[in-house]
Amino acid sequence: MIKQMSLQKKKSVLGLTFLSPWILGFLVFTAFPLFYSLFLSFQKVKITPNGIQTDFIKFENYMYAFTVDSQFTQVLLRFLRELVISTPIIIVFSLIIALLLNQPIMMRGFFRTIFFLPVIIASGPVITDLMDQDVTSIPSIEEYAIFAVFLSNTDGFLNTVLTYLMDNLIIILWYSGVQILIFLAALQKTDKQIYEAAKIDGASNWECFWKVTLPTLYPMIIVNLIYTIVTYSIFALNPVVDHIQSNMFEVSTGFGYASALSWMYFLVIAVVLAFSVGIMVFRGNKKYR
Amino acid sequence: MLDTKLTPVQKKRLDKYSSKTKSFLLGVQGNNGFLFKLCVYGLLIVIGFVYLYPIIYMGSYSFKSLEDLLNPLISWIPSAFYVENYEVAYRVLDLFPTLLETLYVTVIPSIAQTAVAAVIGYGFARFEFPFKKILFGLVLITFIIPPQVLLIPRYVFFNELELIGSILSFLLPALFGQGLNSAIFILIFYQFFRMLPKALEEAAHLDGAGHFRIFMTIAIPMAVPAIIISFLFSFVWYWNETALASLYFGNELTTLPIELGKFNATFDQMYTGDTEAANINEGISMAGTMLSILPLLIVYFFTQRWFVEGVDRSGITGE
Repeated sequence: MIKQMSLQKKKSVLGLTFLSPWILGFLVFTAFPLFYSLFLSFQKVKITPNGIQTDFIKFENYMYAFTVDSQFTQVLLRFLRELVISTPIIIVFSLIIALLLNQPIMMRGFFRTIFFLPVIIASGPVITDLMDQDVTSIPSIEEYAIFAVFLSNTDGFLNTVLTYLMDNLIIILWYSGVQILIFLAALQKTDKQIYEAAKIDGASNWECFWKVTLPTLYPMIIVNLIYTIVTYSIFALNPVVDHIQSNMFEVSTGFGYASALSWMYFLVIAVVLAFSVGIMVFRGNKKYR
Repeated sequence: MLDTKLTPVQKKRLDKYSSKTKSFLLGVQGNNGFLFKLCVYGLLIVIGFVYLYPIIYMGSYSFKSLEDLLNPLISWIPSAFYVENYEVAYRVLDLFPTLLETLYVTVIPSIAQTAVAAVIGYGFARFEFPFKKILFGLVLITFIIPPQVLLIPRYVFFNELELIGSILSFLLPALFGQGLNSAIFILIFYQFFRMLPKALEEAAHLDGAGHFRIFMTIAIPMAVPAIIISFLFSFVWYWNETALASLYFGNELTTLPIELGKFNATFDQMYTGDTEAANINEGISMAGTMLSILPLLIVYFFTQRWFVEGVDRSGITGE
């Protein structure tokens, strides 16, 4: 008995030894900076030759963001709007591509390679360059009369949504490389016998998709949702990220204000994540269990 | 009526043909008919083209001379094989020194990140200890913390230690499992080691090998696929990271994507007063973009199997 205990203890010490780099790193490079930036967000930070000088100014940085800084709320709203438009498109698109690639077709590897390619090359400057050249919209789609008519007949909000989509569709689709592979991996792991059983019971392909494929993929949809929101919000071209970094080295605002902005941004992302994942889990429980 | 005039034999033959055509077009099982396949291939090719359109455009424009760019009759294929754009872009990017520097600041942190993720993933997969679930939860949470929140304190911290402008500002977090997307790599190794049978390690243990020796001589050689996948992904992610890199590296170090971001400014600096090539044009900037992604394209060309199969092996989809 005593030997058993000591063995267990030895094992847990060993396990913690393997983990020690992470625990140390987490404390030094993540937990401490997280709280330090929270601390800075309530301070006016001045950089002096002797180091950093801070003055406690309560919520002034946060007030400043909503009262004086006209850009921040605008940029944040723009980000949220783009996120809400893009995320469903990315997920549905990657699901469709994964379903197509899951068919028994020739050159499957070739097509998989194509659809993953953007993940490899999509760095901020490359995408900026491509956007400058106007090649991120679907080729010559705006020349079709039907879109012109459609755009002129819709008003305000819908119009901005549509033009945003038209202009950035390829880039939005470019975000879906990893998501396609996650869906594809899940599809290939589902048991073929379920489909055979459904077919024998007389289910059509269409019914099979809604009654078998979608419920089995449901957890992966949630995983992809989280992945999409996180990668979308930390991408280098994101206007909010840009705004935070430009405020860092501004004399009038500085580190304190930038910290406040980044914390607000963090909270917004966390709320969006919690909200969307919460809805998905809730709906999933109601429908599929 | 047509079929009333047919003899029974003819009718039977006709039925046979029609059912054959039907099964050829629609398939017996619903997903192997000709029409269905046509749809699948059609969709894949069309979407694939739209997907690749920016890259094809880039390739085509980078070979166009100024005359070709201005000539409205030439849309896709340049009139002559024109490489001057590449020569200019090569000089502006200062390609080989920049490439070496980029490799230096991406390969080393990627190796560190992969090695550390392997150790941590092994710890999570093979040992039981108190608070394991909480620690694992924390690992996953680090994935959703945006780097911008940690950016300022880390910048201040590195500044104090005078590490800004050195590779250590990338390497140190990577060495302690807090690099770019480290959580994903830890997860990959965790799933991988969990799937490996324990028997070999137990046998080695009975033969008197210590845990660290088992890890180095048995677990690591078996984890080669996970190591390759992690290295490749972190290589690509570090390569494409520009926001953090430009801040941490200051003016000391640079990478190809950062140089591409400054392409126009560098071009103006190099060619002001030069009457011959005074203005930047689409061709030159597309050639610059092409050169900056070319190394990654080459790497992807040789290793794409690992990338696309990597997600299968990562076990993100659960077992």
